Amino acid sequence: MGEYLRPSTVDEALQALHSHDLTIVAGGTDFYPARVGKPLDDDVLDVSGIPGLRGIADNGDHWRIGACTTWTDVIRADLPPWFGGLKLAAREVGGVQIQNAGTVCGNLCNASPAADGVPPLLSLGASVELSSVDGVHVLPLEDFVLGNRKTARRADQMMTAVILPKPAGDRSGGHFLKLGARKYLVISIVMVGATVSADEDGRVASARVAVGACSAAAQRLPGLEAVIVGRSLGACLGDAVTNAHLDPLSPIDDVRGSADYRNDVALTLVRRTLNELEARL
Amino acid sequence: MSEAPAFDPAIGLTVNGKAVSVAAPPIKRLADVLRDDLGLTGTKIGCNAGDCGACTVRLDGEQVCACMVPVGQAAGRRVETVEGLADGSVLNDLQAAFHNHGAAQCGICTPGMLMAAIDLLARNSSPTEAEVLDSLGGVLCRCTGYRKIVDAVLDLAGAAASQDGAVGARIAKIDGIPKVTGAERYGADAVPDGALWLRVVRTPHHSADFTIGDMGSLFANYPGLVRVLTAADVPFNGFGIYPDLKDQPVLADGVVRYRGEAVAALVGDRATVESIADGDLPIEYRPRPAVFDTEAARADGAPLVQADKPGNLLIEGGVVTGDADAALAESAAVADGSFETPFVEHAYIEPEAGWAERVGDRVEVHVTTQAPYMDRDETANVLGLVAEQVRIVPTACGGGFGGKLDLSVQPLVGLAAWLLDRPVVCVYHRPESMAASTKRHPSKIRAAFGCDEAGKLTAVTLDADFNTGAYASWGPTVAGRVPVHATGPYRVPNVETRGRAIFTNGPPSGAFRGFGVPQAAIAHETLMDDLAEARGIDRLEIRAINALRAGDATATGHVLEASVGLLPCLDALRPHWQAALQDTQSFNRRTDIRRGVGVGCMWYGIGNTSMSNPSTMRLGIARDGTLMFFNGAVDIGQGSNTILTQICAEALGVPVSRFRLVMGDTDRTADGGKTSASRQTFVSGKAAELAALDLRAKILRQVNAGPEATIHLDGPTIHVRDGGVDHRIDLETLSRGDDGLVLRGEGTFDPPTSPLDERGQGVPYATYGFAAQIAVVEVDLELGTTKPQKIVAAHDVGRAINPIQVEGQIHGGIAQGLGLALMEEYLPGRTENLHDYLIPTFGDVPEIDVIIVEDPEPLGPFGAKGVGEPGLVPTAPAILGAIRHAAGVRMTRVPALPHRLRAAILAKETRDG
Repeated sequence: MGEYLRPSTVDEALQALHSHDLTIVAGGTDFYPARVGKPLDDDVLDVSGIPGLRGIADNGDHWRIGACTTWTDVIRADLPPWFGGLKLAAREVGGVQIQNAGTVCGNLCNASPAADGVPPLLSLGASVELSSVDGVHVLPLEDFVLGNRKTARRADQMMTAVILPKPAGDRSGGHFLKLGARKYLVISIVMVGATVSADEDGRVASARVAVGACSAAAQRLPGLEAVIVGRSLGACLGDAVTNAHLDPLSPIDDVRGSADYRNDVALTLVRRTLNELEARL
Repeated sequence: MSEAPAFDPAIGLTVNGKAVSVAAPPIKRLADVLRDDLGLTGTKIGCNAGDCGACTVRLDGEQVCACMVPVGQAAGRRVETVEGLADGSVLNDLQAAFHNHGAAQCGICTPGMLMAAIDLLARNSSPTEAEVLDSLGGVLCRCTGYRKIVDAVLDLAGAAASQDGAVGARIAKIDGIPKVTGAERYGADAVPDGALWLRVVRTPHHSADFTIGDMGSLFANYPGLVRVLTAADVPFNGFGIYPDLKDQPVLADGVVRYRGEAVAALVGDRATVESIADGDLPIEYRPRPAVFDTEAARADGAPLVQADKPGNLLIEGGVVTGDADAALAESAAVADGSFETPFVEHAYIEPEAGWAERVGDRVEVHVTTQAPYMDRDETANVLGLVAEQVRIVPTACGGGFGGKLDLSVQPLVGLAAWLLDRPVVCVYHRPESMAASTKRHPSKIRAAFGCDEAGKLTAVTLDADFNTGAYASWGPTVAGRVPVHATGPYRVPNVETRGRAIFTNGPPSGAFRGFGVPQAAIAHETLMDDLAEARGIDRLEIRAINALRAGDATATGHVLEASVGLLPCLDALRPHWQAALQDTQSFNRRTDIRRGVGVGCMWYGIGNTSMSNPSTMRLGIARDGTLMFFNGAVDIGQGSNTILTQICAEALGVPVSRFRLVMGDTDRTADGGKTSASRQTFVSGKAAELAALDLRAKILRQVNAGPEATIHLDGPTIHVRDGGVDHRIDLETLSRGDDGLVLRGEGTFDPPTSPLDERGQGVPYATYGFAAQIAVVEVDLELGTTKPQKIVAAHDVGRAINPIQVEGQIHGGIAQGLGLALMEEYLPGRTENLHDYLIPTFGDVPEIDVIIVEDPEPLGPFGAKGVGEPGLVPTAPAILGAIRHAAGVRMTRVPALPHRLRAAILAKETRDG
């Protein structure tokens, strides 16, 4: 039986992480499934009892999602329309039971290639806040998720928040599409998150498009984003996507689908995501 | 932040309104604390991974999976479990609705379903169907097909189902209340205090030799370890379904033949056996070449899975009548094709579990099972005991579908309890259940169907290779059943069909709802669609043209005298078919999503193939007037307890509510045979009817009453009213036997069949079930995804003893058939959990219309025959036909996963230019 620490302050948690290796548990929805039929002998730091880590706050020039914020918190929060993709993703994470327990930050730290949270958060230009006794480091999400189950988090750090910059202007929207082989409780074959902002003339001012489950870590499509910016809404934004735009992806064959299939449907899903988003802006 | 004991002080929480305190490690799963520390076993564990939702409870008013909550997080919080729903003995509205709607079949998912539904209703007292689906979508059910659960949640105020009634009545399950209160006890729920735990060590290799070294240090390092069982400890180390095929070792003896095979069993206290990693054991494997595919297994020089089985061939069977090749050559149209299906996992939500204790020179095994008598005989054989030294007491069974017909924990806990003289329990975890247990046989089928100009079938050839995995299990059954059914439910004058069961290093393929017939149906129904297209005949009509009718002979030469209800099924479907075709035409103006309609037909021989499979049922009346029903047929959720009691009630003339049941206990019931082959309603039902008639005759004889007399039980008195005259039987004056009974009735029924000769000619089954289903689907052409929209299912069941249960079987079969068609594929080592292995969820099963056709079977009880398997068989063919109609592609390999369907669509677009 391992150690179980459930501190009540972040400082206490960081001190513990500083002193020895601990497995961080928040919602438990990745911790327990990885230990089916195995002993629970990890030394655990349960961060769920720290007040102030849960919630989504408008901090003026950015929004902040605290470490213990659950997917249900995201679904229930009153948020501007550009959170639309993240909200849709939240509803696709497991079943309601998992949405009620699992956290946004835990999803990022677990770093599954099929993590539902990564594409929408990439499309929101998210950064993550990593805290340790040495201080707080803010890292773009792209630089945090490094690969399959690999992140830039040091063992003595914990993720204390996700930071989302506010888009310029007030005409922004987000969308998310997930493809799986059944309706609920399904791991993505491909998913797409996109956030688009328009200027007063009805032209795309900024766009971020990210695709998940098609590489070890979800990837943005900068080539496509560059092509879209400046286009007028109503011109079928999604039709701008080409195979070349998918170059950042490196899908694999697995039980859920072939690499060729993933490339093929990623194109379709990106197109549909952008066209749907355009219709709502 | 204290060290050992890490769980001091105790953790305080509120459970169902009561403050409780538990001394458990804070990382322990809340589900385990509820079950082990607080005795609240209503919360079920199906996967420990958040994949199934069976453990759903509410924590501070939010539904969570209790298997993923550290109990430390529950400190100071409110937990609500299924046990808190009822107010004493009064069900709440939701529980009552589940009970009345037949929303609980086996009941293992029911506590989780109820808690998820309560969570919704607490926020939204009148939800829409979509809201119900979203809120309950995190709980899997393998029995019901979800539709009756949705109905229940949407109909809280609905009228109560009748709780009493005889044949034909829509009564709620007579044993249904404990399923909605959490009181039902499954294999893992009533483990005696002080039981030792047994954990099976399983090989990660598909094929290997191995040696086990000295265990001395293991015992030194783990004082809680009591015994390690290996092959050397097993008196007769072989089991199997067939008397001459005891080829599967309880514990492998130096050779493993599939990944997940048992090599040793650790017995000790629970914490100890769970903390010993497989890698800590001194087992040395030397991998050997493995074969996974039937073609590779049959190739010259292929490694032999079992050394004494040349060519890796287990068995071969076939049916021949007329001259199929000649008839095909002369046919106006011939369709042929090759078809492929994978391993399919039963995915019952209750993993295998049970416990045993030694009682003198006997051993008693309490286990989740479909076959208590076979378990008894097999366990005794393995332990070197005579059958009577073993008692099997079935616990409630949390889903079987054929997977709990083979032995799992029985011989291991039986052996350990026998040797150690202490109660011993074993509960599989989910990946273990999936790796170790049997599967549906993968198949490779080549077939050709020919017809004349009018579309009448002229000939059928079919050749099927079934991958039976490493051990025989039910392989011979599949190889024997499929050739009989391979023509489909049609008149065919010239037939040549063959089935082979071939060993590979896969998991043993065993019994799974349909015994190979669902695989064959995909072939015959696709080819029927081909012939319809070739001859320009409507797809439903070509089936009607060829449908077997009373008086026809099957390919085995069996003349079907009665109860051949396929044509009435098709007649009932015709208006739905035509409406669906029309609707599809108008829908398909969109380009990226297309709708299609398909139809599938089936037949299914009820009971064992050309083998005796009797059932004996007993009734008795005690001196105080208690009416006992000793029923050896295991109810695994399909409703046989209720159905057989309704039959007894009708035959005896006494209300259902008067019967007290003893089910499946091998010491107290006679052998009802296995719950398999859709046989319990037909075979055990007939035996129950005969038992009731026997008891009735004995009662009437007491007072010389005539056959029209009515019987009324009134405590120690039976009132018999005959032609206006009242007779009284004072039970206290009758002599009582050792069994405490004063009157007894017994009935035995063995369906009349005959052996098949070398050309497969004979009477393999006494009767057949028939059905036809229509599927409407939408296919997203760009993504290759298929969304079933509706299923209309017409089933000839002879007589629906209880229409709620009949619908339940059809709904559940459809859900499994849908899974077979669209998503289910077991890959050893890769899909050993319920998130990589997909079964349909709430959102995947569409609206289902069930049309019950009753073409009575004279041999059956009140005309009834079976429906357990028929529900599944036509669904996949109907869905594949609908996909073809929608997308223009003929899918011959299931599951039609999105990437496979998309590839087929792209290939078609290339062909079409």
